[in-house]
Amino acid sequence: MSSETIALTTIGEAERPIGERLHDWVVTVDHKKLGILYIVYALVFLVVGGIEATILRIQLIVPHNHFVSPEVFNRMMTMHGTTMIFFVAMPILFGFGTYLIPLMIGARDMAFPRLNAFSFWMTAFGGLLLYFSFVGGNGLYGAGNAPDVGWWAYAPLTSRAFSVGHSTDFWTLALLVSGVGSIGTAVNFIATILCMRCPGMTLGKMPLLAWLNFVMGGMVILAVSPLTAAQIMLCIDRYLGGHFFDTQAGGSAVLWMHFFWIFGHPEVYVLIIPAFAFLSEIVPVFSRKPIFGYPVMVAATVCIGFVSLSVWAHHMFTVGMNSYANSFFTITTMAVGVPTGIKIFNWLGTMWGGKIQFRTPMLFCVGFLFQFLIAGLTGIMLGASPFNWQLSGSYFVVAHFHYVIVGGILFALFGAFYYWFPKMSGRMYNEVLGKWHFWLFLIGFHMTFDFMHIPGILGMPRRIYTYEPGRGWEIWNLIVTIGVVFQAAGVIVFVFNLLWSLFKGEPAGNDPWDAWTLEWSTTSPPPEYDFATLPVVKSRRPLWDLKHPEDPDWKYE
Amino acid sequence: MSSAAFIRNAAETEWILPSRGRVGMFSLIAAESAIFTIFVVAYIFYIGKSMSGPMPKDVLETPIFNTICLLSSSLTIHLAGRALHNARVNAFGLWWFITMVLGSIFLVGTGREWQRMIFEKGLTISTNLFGTTYYSLVGLHAFHVTVGLIGIVLAMIFTLLGKVEPAHSERVDVFSMYWHFVDAVWVVVFTVVYVIGR
Repeated sequence: MSSETIALTTIGEAERPIGERLHDWVVTVDHKKLGILYIVYALVFLVVGGIEATILRIQLIVPHNHFVSPEVFNRMMTMHGTTMIFFVAMPILFGFGTYLIPLMIGARDMAFPRLNAFSFWMTAFGGLLLYFSFVGGNGLYGAGNAPDVGWWAYAPLTSRAFSVGHSTDFWTLALLVSGVGSIGTAVNFIATILCMRCPGMTLGKMPLLAWLNFVMGGMVILAVSPLTAAQIMLCIDRYLGGHFFDTQAGGSAVLWMHFFWIFGHPEVYVLIIPAFAFLSEIVPVFSRKPIFGYPVMVAATVCIGFVSLSVWAHHMFTVGMNSYANSFFTITTMAVGVPTGIKIFNWLGTMWGGKIQFRTPMLFCVGFLFQFLIAGLTGIMLGASPFNWQLSGSYFVVAHFHYVIVGGILFALFGAFYYWFPKMSGRMYNEVLGKWHFWLFLIGFHMTFDFMHIPGILGMPRRIYTYEPGRGWEIWNLIVTIGVVFQAAGVIVFVFNLLWSLFKGEPAGNDPWDAWTLEWSTTSPPPEYDFATLPVVKSRRPLWDLKHPEDPDWKYE
Repeated sequence: MSSAAFIRNAAETEWILPSRGRVGMFSLIAAESAIFTIFVVAYIFYIGKSMSGPMPKDVLETPIFNTICLLSSSLTIHLAGRALHNARVNAFGLWWFITMVLGSIFLVGTGREWQRMIFEKGLTISTNLFGTTYYSLVGLHAFHVTVGLIGIVLAMIFTLLGKVEPAHSERVDVFSMYWHFVDAVWVVVFTVVYVIGR
């Protein structure tokens, strides 16, 4: 089988000087190294963005708090949102995709390895640009450092009159640069999945992770490009005196909102579809059953890909669109819930009747199922325009999208970390610490984001840096902030577990989960060339066929 | 070692996958189309919304000759690709050179148009909304023509050095996809700016 390796790598690896080994990481075009670079880079920013969120929550723990000034609060809010979306969620998901897609489709690398390296370094440069604004954002004006326009950067807040100095320029350029990187990665994903599959792996036999990342790539191309275009326009406005979003010269602030959300809403699906992909790989393995309804899962994903491109203006119901637009975007928002609901039943159907093993990855996936369902339901509530008029711009919205991003995407990501950590590092993580991480994070998550809905319903607006006492918001804000402590504790356990297991963990072997996709057929960590001989597959679960020659899948598919 | 899962001689059907160059270029073109769409939407949205002159009908002159040059370069690059495919390297060089000349004429024509608008008509990117949208949309297209021309010049140099062989025909075809796209975008830009926008 293809786990045979050629024993000429790693010889003398430890003796080589550290400078040389670091140099290898900088010039590498290997998809596995770039994947790990993406992931480590994103983890650093996860901690940074988490610290910013903690600052926000400490400021809001009691009314009339003076922990930070309003200006600093706005900067932290902007940096938290921008960091978490563009420099945590996107790169970490790209990292897993870059690492796993070639391994899962039986290829030796991505279609364009150098483009892969280019995309990563563009993304990395974007993150550095954003954070350089802390140093260089002042300009000559003595204006504040770091952007403070919110992650959506509504016009005319971004015009030179209201954003003096360079902080907003850093924000724009950071997103422009990382957007170019994202588009490069998406092109690479699509070309890899279409053109590099191993013999026998027709589209219908591809692992779902590859399928879902394929759809994600298409969405990045169609959704991130408009953001890039809008950032070019903003640059023209700020540097060349253009009037795209200059309302005094006839420009339109609402046009920026449209352009931003044409990117912004599909972006949510760009992030959640890889999370769906993790679930579609992890849930079957720990239920000891093949995925339930593979073609339906693929169809639902493609359907989400299309419908989600036409829901953006549900972020803009309170702007004052006409009733036809309101109705249209309400209906499309309801419609996109249908394929999403189908997926929930796919995973439930997979678990139903299976021999479920509650290892750490599976725990996170089960958490995902519950939380993502609730997040979807509050999304349907907010998608109804009359309801939205009442609660738009309140903490209810903040609670809703954090439920999606933390309760959904981050939980799936943690699951993916534990599931593929043995493959990437060659060592097992510590199961006890993994469970501690899960429970601490689960408690913290629910304390923070369940109770965040309530002050929203009671009328607490988002983006405020402090509030008056006596409105019934105090107790909820207190609970929300206490939840942060549990989440932070969970993340510390997680980071400790990763580092400790990296050096001291039990050797994992090729296939610790008795799994079925091709990445488990090679060594852990995989050799530079991935597969000594390219595999040939006959079904969706090639390793099942290998382990059970008496009852192979291809007889039934 | 060998087993049901990894059958070496799975020669039932030949395993053919699409060319990654074509798929990659097609994806890039999709991304570029999305970028152009946003600029075109902005242009159309802002037609007639300028609060001061000059207005499009006062300053725009339809660049007929330019358009003919650029669109015919699509034909010549296609002929170049076919010549290389048929291993006629000299014919390839000739058609490639004509493509380069036609593309350059277009770029020079755009430059002269801009010079006239800026220095004679006083329209700059910051004059009014028309100036902002006009220069950014036409400029974005001209930028893509420039990038294409850099590629064409590079390939021309390789041709003159005698490094281009029929084996490179696939790469030439992939590059031609980009050039055809740039031409197709010009049809849209032309329609929006010089036909609808006036």
